[in-house]
Amino acid sequence: MVTVTIWGNLRAYTDGRATLEVEAASFKQLLDRLALDYPGLRPQIARGVSLALDGRIYREAWFTPIKPDSEVVLMPYMAGG
Amino acid sequence: MALDPTGKRIFKVVGTRPPRPDGIDKVTGRALYGADVSAPGMLVGRILRSPHPHATIVAIDTSAALALAGVKAVVTAADFAPQTDPTLRDIQDNCMARGTVLYDGHAVAAVAATTAAIARAALKLIKVTYAPLPHVTDVDAAMRADAPVVQAGRALESVPAGMPDNVTHRCEFGHGDLDAAFGGADLIVARSFTTAATHQGYIEPHACLASMTGDGKGDLWCCTQGQFNVRTICAALLGIEASQLRVTASEIGGGFGGKTNVFIEPVALALARKSGRPVKIVMARDEVFRATGPTVSSSIDVKIGMTKSGRITAAEADLRYSGGAFPCLTIEMGAQAAFAAYDLAAVRTIGWNVLTNRPKEAAYRAPGAPQAIYAVESVIDEACQKLGLDPLEVRLINAAKKGTKSSYGPTFDDIGLLATLNAAKAHPHYRAPLGPHQGRGLSAGFWFNFGGNTCVSLNVNTDGTVGVTEGNPDIGGSRAAISQMAAEELGIPYAQVRTMIADTASLGYNDVTDGSRVTFAVGLATIKAAQDATRKMCARAARIWGIDPEAVEWVDGAAVPAGPNAGKFPPLTLAEIAAVSFQTGGPIAGHHEFNADGAGVSFGVHLCDVEVDPETGATKVLRYTVFQDAGRAVHPAYVEGQMQGGAVQGIGWALNEEYIYGPDGRLQNAGFLDYRVPVASDLPMIEAVILEIPNPGHPYGVRGVGETPIVPPLAAVSNAVSRAIGVRMNRLPMSPPRVLAALGAKG
Repeated sequence: MVTVTIWGNLRAYTDGRATLEVEAASFKQLLDRLALDYPGLRPQIARGVSLALDGRIYREAWFTPIKPDSEVVLMPYMAGG
Repeated sequence: MALDPTGKRIFKVVGTRPPRPDGIDKVTGRALYGADVSAPGMLVGRILRSPHPHATIVAIDTSAALALAGVKAVVTAADFAPQTDPTLRDIQDNCMARGTVLYDGHAVAAVAATTAAIARAALKLIKVTYAPLPHVTDVDAAMRADAPVVQAGRALESVPAGMPDNVTHRCEFGHGDLDAAFGGADLIVARSFTTAATHQGYIEPHACLASMTGDGKGDLWCCTQGQFNVRTICAALLGIEASQLRVTASEIGGGFGGKTNVFIEPVALALARKSGRPVKIVMARDEVFRATGPTVSSSIDVKIGMTKSGRITAAEADLRYSGGAFPCLTIEMGAQAAFAAYDLAAVRTIGWNVLTNRPKEAAYRAPGAPQAIYAVESVIDEACQKLGLDPLEVRLINAAKKGTKSSYGPTFDDIGLLATLNAAKAHPHYRAPLGPHQGRGLSAGFWFNFGGNTCVSLNVNTDGTVGVTEGNPDIGGSRAAISQMAAEELGIPYAQVRTMIADTASLGYNDVTDGSRVTFAVGLATIKAAQDATRKMCARAARIWGIDPEAVEWVDGAAVPAGPNAGKFPPLTLAEIAAVSFQTGGPIAGHHEFNADGAGVSFGVHLCDVEVDPETGATKVLRYTVFQDAGRAVHPAYVEGQMQGGAVQGIGWALNEEYIYGPDGRLQNAGFLDYRVPVASDLPMIEAVILEIPNPGHPYGVRGVGETPIVPPLAAVSNAVSRAIGVRMNRLPMSPPRVLAALGAKG
């Protein structure tokens, strides 16, 4: 079980909760679980999200392992110029 | 690998300043830019653009144009494949309006003709019947309930019910109890700001040459920051397979994010397909301004609470961005970046994207961050003034550091903000005396940086030289940096490595050159490709010596026995192994492909001194110093160039540059005479101070450096002007009439 922090406006789809407990061992499992448990998050997940894992930002990378004690933060998909 | 007494790697090539590999070609005019490629039988393409900011296209009659001798093809939106994906549909509809024109300059039709004169004449023969619609170009006006609707039904699920149709996205970030935290402040400063849309201002206009054969194979040469992205989009818009379209990136005369999109490329391909002839399109400067991406315009409210000792107790911002006539997510980057420099117990940003009748936004270095951080840093400066505090000391008190929970969520690892602030504090610039009408401004800045999809091949030539093939157009010196990292890893001189940019048929997919990603990600892939090659060369040496490959290692450019048990053999250099490669198993090459992560965030601090002429309102920048955490600076001269270039573009944004729309919704200043970018004679030498705090996500410690330097200048200049004239400025650009107005209001 990992604890995921989501950003503010996504709380509208998680009953107001800013952190979620999710059974996941990888980025892909995390996304699949979130989409299953919180259907309101699906449009955002489909548009793209980034994952900050212990401060390091991953934009895709499905198979990135997540340890139970990792700091996991969901972020919008990063874009630059 | 040699180590210093503290165990840190000693670099031989990385950190040096070798000559620029593209320097001679560029200064002698031999470099081939987008408009420099030609083909036999080539036609000239021209685009007809809307004179209206918003109108329904009732009818387009191209018959007279097609009847003109020399005209070989005319295309409209009907010549492109129907798109179901909303992102692709927006790109296509931006390249060629479908049913409605959404901004002044929106493309409605295009011709290909045997000469430019015939093409221009043909455009005049195309009859477009418009039914004008109400328009809106101001972000705040577009949010009003009675505003003209730019596009209906485009709001994402994030937008609360009841918001005006032009609002397409809402986002929110932050943590902590704001009400309680504001209650702990001795001073609360709240202020509103606006920033104008600015153009990336690249000197080279968009240009391309397209060719399509009768059997559906296409070739496209264009100036772009990402040939693979161009291929993906153009193939989709033309309804062809990616494998049938080869895209070759030309040398690029500036991009800054603005060449991460397509504008003319699909149009040229459609004309080439229809005419059966190669078609070249080169934008005129007014087309570049009217129809390619400026950055977002913004309207921002910031509120900050501070104690008498300078600790920020709470911070919040409401940010309203307009990315033009199409939905845009740049607001997310701005809302996340706004307070990223500070360690805050309570912070919240709310962002909105709003449609206006302006061109579709394109990325511009650190997209979204300069506007947000301008507003935040201005309010911090004002609070410092009101409390009589040193603005640099206040930043030091509040600076984010390793272990800080960032305002956008994650906890920071090793970051360099404190180092840059301390460097600024110790620099003579910060204590230099100021004269009458002069002011000094300070600002911190931040950018995320990222990695992305990357593929590199490294070929060992039989003469002992090395070719690196990578897939990212060089917009800031990456070829030199890539060659340096290859040379470092292989243990050979820099001069023996040449780095080339591949077309889309010659290498695996590479993301666009953006996000300050190339020196980090392509460099990392190059290091791993070099390691792949050295493993293979060690194996060749092992076969020559008749020992196990595991008993050989690569040291200082040569294969050597890994220890005394491996046997005694003289080192075999890269050149020696390469010379016999045909006899030992064939050509030697290293490869690496991955989706790079771990780019590491970047911080900068800028100091700016200005003098304001009270008679004219004109501002002169007297002194400017940039401090930035660059991680390991691979080629320090290029890093300094990035820091200087970002500062100069930010100074232009602060003082002069803006898209000016008239009441008719038409752009008033679509040219460099009326859209004033800073030139060398306007500026002092920008001093660049590089801090090297290694990025733990890269074996050499490299961080991206290209975007962060455009973030602080807006506030650094504004804070300097505000202090010089004694009036808090809150609108960019601070052109002379606005400064005079501020002085007049002060009385």
